[in-house]
Amino acid sequence: MVKRLPYLLPLGLFLVLSAYFAVGLTKDPSIIPSALIDQAAPQFDLPPIEGGKGAGFSTADLKEGEVSVVNIFASWCIPCRAEHPNINRLADMGVARVYGLNYKDEPGKALAWLNELGDNYTATGADRSGRVGIDWGVYGVPETFVIDGAGRIRYKHVGPIIDDKLETEILPIIEQIKRDGS
Amino acid sequence: MTAELGHFALTLALFVAIVQSSLPLVGAHRGKSQWMAVASPAALLQFGLVAIAFGCLTHLYVTSDFSVLNVAANSHTDKPMIYKISGVWGNHEGSMLLWVLIMALFGCAVAAFGGNLPPTLKARVLAVQALVAVGFYLFILLTSNPFDRLFPPPVNGQDLNPLLQDPGLAFHPPMLYLGYVGFSMAFSFAIAALIEGRVDAAWARWVRPWTLAAWIFLTAGIALGSWWAYYELGWGGWWFWDPVENASFMPWLAGTALLHSATVVEKRDTLKGWTILLAIITFSMSLLGTFLVRSGVLTSVHAFATDPARGVFILVLLIIVIGGSLALYAWRGPSLVSAGLFQPISREGALLFNNLVMATATAVVLLGTLYPLLLDAIGGGKISVGPPFFNAVFIPLMVPMIAAMAVGPLLNWKRGDWRAALQRLWPALLAAAIGGTGAWAIVTDGPFMGIVGMTLAFWLGAGTLVELAERMRLGREPLSRSLSRLKRQPRASWGMTLAHFGLAIGIAGMTGAGAWVKESIQVMKPGDTTMLAGYEFRFDGARAIGGPNYTATAGQFTVSRDGVRIGTLESEKRIYNVSGQPTTEAAIRTTVAGDLYAVIGDRDAATGGFVTRLYFNPLVVWMWIGTLVMIIGGTISLTDRRHRVGAPQTRANPPARAQAAGAD
Repeated sequence: MVKRLPYLLPLGLFLVLSAYFAVGLTKDPSIIPSALIDQAAPQFDLPPIEGGKGAGFSTADLKEGEVSVVNIFASWCIPCRAEHPNINRLADMGVARVYGLNYKDEPGKALAWLNELGDNYTATGADRSGRVGIDWGVYGVPETFVIDGAGRIRYKHVGPIIDDKLETEILPIIEQIKRDGS
Repeated sequence: MTAELGHFALTLALFVAIVQSSLPLVGAHRGKSQWMAVASPAALLQFGLVAIAFGCLTHLYVTSDFSVLNVAANSHTDKPMIYKISGVWGNHEGSMLLWVLIMALFGCAVAAFGGNLPPTLKARVLAVQALVAVGFYLFILLTSNPFDRLFPPPVNGQDLNPLLQDPGLAFHPPMLYLGYVGFSMAFSFAIAALIEGRVDAAWARWVRPWTLAAWIFLTAGIALGSWWAYYELGWGGWWFWDPVENASFMPWLAGTALLHSATVVEKRDTLKGWTILLAIITFSMSLLGTFLVRSGVLTSVHAFATDPARGVFILVLLIIVIGGSLALYAWRGPSLVSAGLFQPISREGALLFNNLVMATATAVVLLGTLYPLLLDAIGGGKISVGPPFFNAVFIPLMVPMIAAMAVGPLLNWKRGDWRAALQRLWPALLAAAIGGTGAWAIVTDGPFMGIVGMTLAFWLGAGTLVELAERMRLGREPLSRSLSRLKRQPRASWGMTLAHFGLAIGIAGMTGAGAWVKESIQVMKPGDTTMLAGYEFRFDGARAIGGPNYTATAGQFTVSRDGVRIGTLESEKRIYNVSGQPTTEAAIRTTVAGDLYAVIGDRDAATGGFVTRLYFNPLVVWMWIGTLVMIIGGTISLTDRRHRVGAPQTRANPPARAQAAGAD
């Protein structure tokens, strides 16, 4: 039996992996509960992307009484490219301030990326070390948070906001927060 | 009619595959040669039928028959002919059809060229191959039928994703699939060997060419994809650790390990169980890649289809194929007795070290790709994946392997002398020192990894040449004797030398492009100049141009160095008419020292200038040349005489001469 053990190991590992896959298939990869929901947004103060515009992005920006959307992005993240037109569109609508958190990125690449795809963010903070990302519970970009006027996280979306997700998920949450707030 | 004909041919192919997977298997078990003889004609017939189905779909695309859903969703009458054809596999359903076509092609090749295989092995190999194919036929016919009709037919189609309308990407999927699916051959041989309960040198000799062919195609496919990302995404990078890239890289890593361990089985009659396991793992990685890309469990822009029904189907298929084969391995594996013993420091030991590193690297890439998914399944957690993770883990794994790669081929089989090997490697040590110091002296402000990379590239390159010189006995015998030894080297040895040397060239290219890239982003008005890495880029202006299915802004740059004009670069920003999606066509001028790379962006409303991105990507061309050399090496090895001559005899005790000559 002991001799057989090494030969059984690959099968065992694979079965465990398949179980994960089976569970994974039942879940929408874009919905992940966050421990941060209804908690205050973490404290941070980030500089702007080196060489870019603006004065950076900090916790104070989220407490000015308006609904904000925080979009975590990086130039190395390909799904971010896919969702970016929607982020720009959201910013153009004017229903919420849209902030960008540039995650573990190189300034040159991030600026090139924004130049190419458009930069409609109200302000952008550069989190080069990923330290702030840890506080936000980021574990894969893109992620998008909706924050109410008091600076509390109300919603978290993991993965790109593509297809109709802006209309069916993000906008309804913003409207609901506005209704609750008034 | 064409669509129905294609559908019918595909359904018939399914039934032929069912026959091919059952009768020969039973026949081989019971020793009925007539039943076993069914396998070959069935494999040929199956290929003929899938080819008809594939031809039908191609015809529908070429004639723009929009009454077929798949064509309407992915094509357009204005599209150039080459992209109408590449559109056939530029979508989920069509690419699955390409998958089974290639699978049948490999089966057909075994039937046609496998005349020297023992009849039972041949029957079993073809049966296993067909068994996997049955799963894919069912998948296509039940969940992803490319021949579905659409009523009423639209006036025109929705066009292919503009990013995919590119010559590089037109041939990327077929190459990649020839690689992925090619590993199914190694898999079928492994399963057949487990059923037969016998793995010997002859078996390894039959497996190797198939694995090698698949490896060549996969290498070419990955390189094409990387090349495409380099010039089409327009931001100078060539590898992004995207899940889909990883999905093609994992079988490559495992397949490379398999190539090396199959050599050990062939030469030394040992590492049998491990080689069988690697063959299973390699093809499993191909299947897993398909699952990850097609099921939507991981989000990626590469994903054509994110349909849970398909996901469940592929998962069940995976569990049957991979789970089933691993169960068979657990049951029959212990009976595979390895004969040859060896010391840790030996050729076998070095190859085993290569195998362990490659297997670990595969596991690391798999882990990094799946981690978000695994955490999600158990209820969450925090980790960031992406280039930061992969670079931190993958590169340190590769460093010792490259270092050992120059030493391994110099060790003797069974028991090697590493001191003697290192003594012979003094020219390589010198070259490495020169490479590292040179890198440090020329690029004074580069990162440390740049120096490490160059040191390794020179070490491996020179080490490979030293090994070749050793085989020629250069300097120890008269030059004419050495040259005639060189001429008599088997092609497989040339293959190894070229593949290792190609990797060394490639490492130099990757180091340059990864560590020393220079970039500059600015707004430029016509007449403005920007200095970058000693080159002066003058922006001459932009004009509007039109293509068959897009309009574009073309920006022209004149590049000069020290006042001497080098040439002009023209970059385009295209907007595709149907989808409105923009794409970037980078302008690239390649030199041996590096690529001048210019991209034009949007017009800046405030100043009237254009956003431009300029890059100097050092040594990029060496990356492609290195890959090409590896592919050439693989191809030469594939034509080795011993793959073509009749069934080789198993040697119980290899003569001492073989150890001294020490081929690959």
